[in-house]
Amino acid sequence: MGLKTLLTTHVGAADSHTLNHYRSVGGYESQKKALTEMTAEQIVNDVKNSGLRGRGGAGFPTGNKWGFIPKTDKPKYLICNGDEGEPGTFKDRLLIEKFPHMLIEGMVIAAKAIDSHQGYIYIRGEFHKGIRIVEEAVEEAYKAGLLGKNILGLGYDFDLAVYSGAGAYICGEESALINSLEGRRGHPRLKPPFPAVSGLYACPTVVNNVETFCNVPHIIRMTGEEYKKIGTEKSPGTRLFAVSGHVKKPGIYEVEMGTPMKELIYDICGGIKNDGTLKAVIPGGSSSPILTAEEAMTATMDYESIASLKSMLGSGAVIILSESADLVETTYRLAEFYSHESCGQCTPCREGTHWVKDLLHKIKVGEGTEKDVELIFSLSRNMEGGTTICPLADACVMAVRPTMTKFKGEFSTRLKKEVSISH
Amino acid sequence: MAYQFSQDSEKRFQRLIPQFPSKRSLILPCLFLLQADKGFVDQEGMQYIADRIGDPVSLAHVHGVATFYTMYNKKPVGKLHIQICGNISCYLAGSDSITEHVCSKLGIKPGETTSDKKFTVDEVQCLGACGFGPVAQINDKYYENLTPESIEAILSELEKQV
Repeated sequence: MGLKTLLTTHVGAADSHTLNHYRSVGGYESQKKALTEMTAEQIVNDVKNSGLRGRGGAGFPTGNKWGFIPKTDKPKYLICNGDEGEPGTFKDRLLIEKFPHMLIEGMVIAAKAIDSHQGYIYIRGEFHKGIRIVEEAVEEAYKAGLLGKNILGLGYDFDLAVYSGAGAYICGEESALINSLEGRRGHPRLKPPFPAVSGLYACPTVVNNVETFCNVPHIIRMTGEEYKKIGTEKSPGTRLFAVSGHVKKPGIYEVEMGTPMKELIYDICGGIKNDGTLKAVIPGGSSSPILTAEEAMTATMDYESIASLKSMLGSGAVIILSESADLVETTYRLAEFYSHESCGQCTPCREGTHWVKDLLHKIKVGEGTEKDVELIFSLSRNMEGGTTICPLADACVMAVRPTMTKFKGEFSTRLKKEVSISH
Repeated sequence: MAYQFSQDSEKRFQRLIPQFPSKRSLILPCLFLLQADKGFVDQEGMQYIADRIGDPVSLAHVHGVATFYTMYNKKPVGKLHIQICGNISCYLAGSDSITEHVCSKLGIKPGETTSDKKFTVDEVQCLGACGFGPVAQINDKYYENLTPESIEAILSELEKQV
């Protein structure tokens, strides 16, 4: 356990984003192996055997997702979700800027697995630098015969294009991303049908996160069986954790899954800023329920440990809050985020997120009452559990309610004192 | 003269066409081309996009898309568009002091542009650089680990270039 590099081994090389460098460290060998020695079924099985779970947030088994693609004559599309927008999350940006060829290689292998001949890399629009780097890498790969018609003379065709998002968190939700790619507002779609059956242009589509694709060449190189030996039984592999907030050394750390959170915070990240005390941890991006310091100290960085604490490993974004953090303020900022990013399709989300934000604002400025707290809880019950098309409203609830429950005192001391009239 | 894509945008537009089986997918990239040409997206430009892409894309649809996404400026912005992240990680790192400092130096509030049209300040949602907060995006570039002093130095340097 602890630090272990698989994806980020060559992060220190200044030219890690170039084809030359990537090839010099064995890059594109897995693509060759997949295209020459393996059938589509073997690739899917190898990824299934590896136990790889999606690195975007939901943690769905990648091989299974690929296995859902029906065998039809319709075109099949492969999309990379690089819309990284969950507050606290900043790990895909590193992969995009430093290892674009690893991403491309992973996508070509995945394309063969699902018989896709057209892929898109959707990157959030703010990542101008990353978009430019990936575009250049795609061009390099085309010139080297690693993309396009008859890849490496091996008879497989795969075209790949880069698409820029335009500033909408919701487009990280795969069906909203698909709508965005189709030139529409980023509204999530009602499911079913799932993208595997009817996605981009109503055709079978697989959407995977950047980090997920980047794992694929390594799985093919070392075989799924060997890959599965890294990490824990149910959470194989490494993960890029993006640590921010009150730690001495915030940043992106690739660690073996199952590493104790304590080790991540105190050894790898150097402990709490200003030698303060830990108050809480948001373990997997802003929509994952907050953990108290005590809970955090028992957790290990894998899906099942964090889930047993009723939270989520999510996008791998670990936000550290020391004793000095004002949780009323941070919770308000998160509610503000969700109200800003609600796409507006569903009433419980469109209205609910705004109410929650406004009520938290009232509490924050000392104007809130016990009734406002009750109202937040009452509203939150109408915003979760399938009342909306996508989980954005649920995410808002998860970012707010556990904090208000676990750190009740911090909110109640901010409430306006009720004036009692004595007779 | 009526708006049309600049030479550079036209070249990019032609490269985009074969990438998508549906013309509708060209709307978002086209809005970026329009913004690169004009600095913001306006009715005339959106009509031009609808006409260039053609049926079934209407002005109403292009307008609907443009207003959904925050990166399309619906009105002109200053030559330096300063977008400061105010979300959780940047807040914990002290982003409020950056916003306050920049606003008081420029004498404007978030969402406003200075009268000389040089600076626009916006407070934005997460920029995805949370470990390096406070973060600001100025035009296309990220500036990280900001302090009130460093942002002031950055702005005075950039001001010389516009």
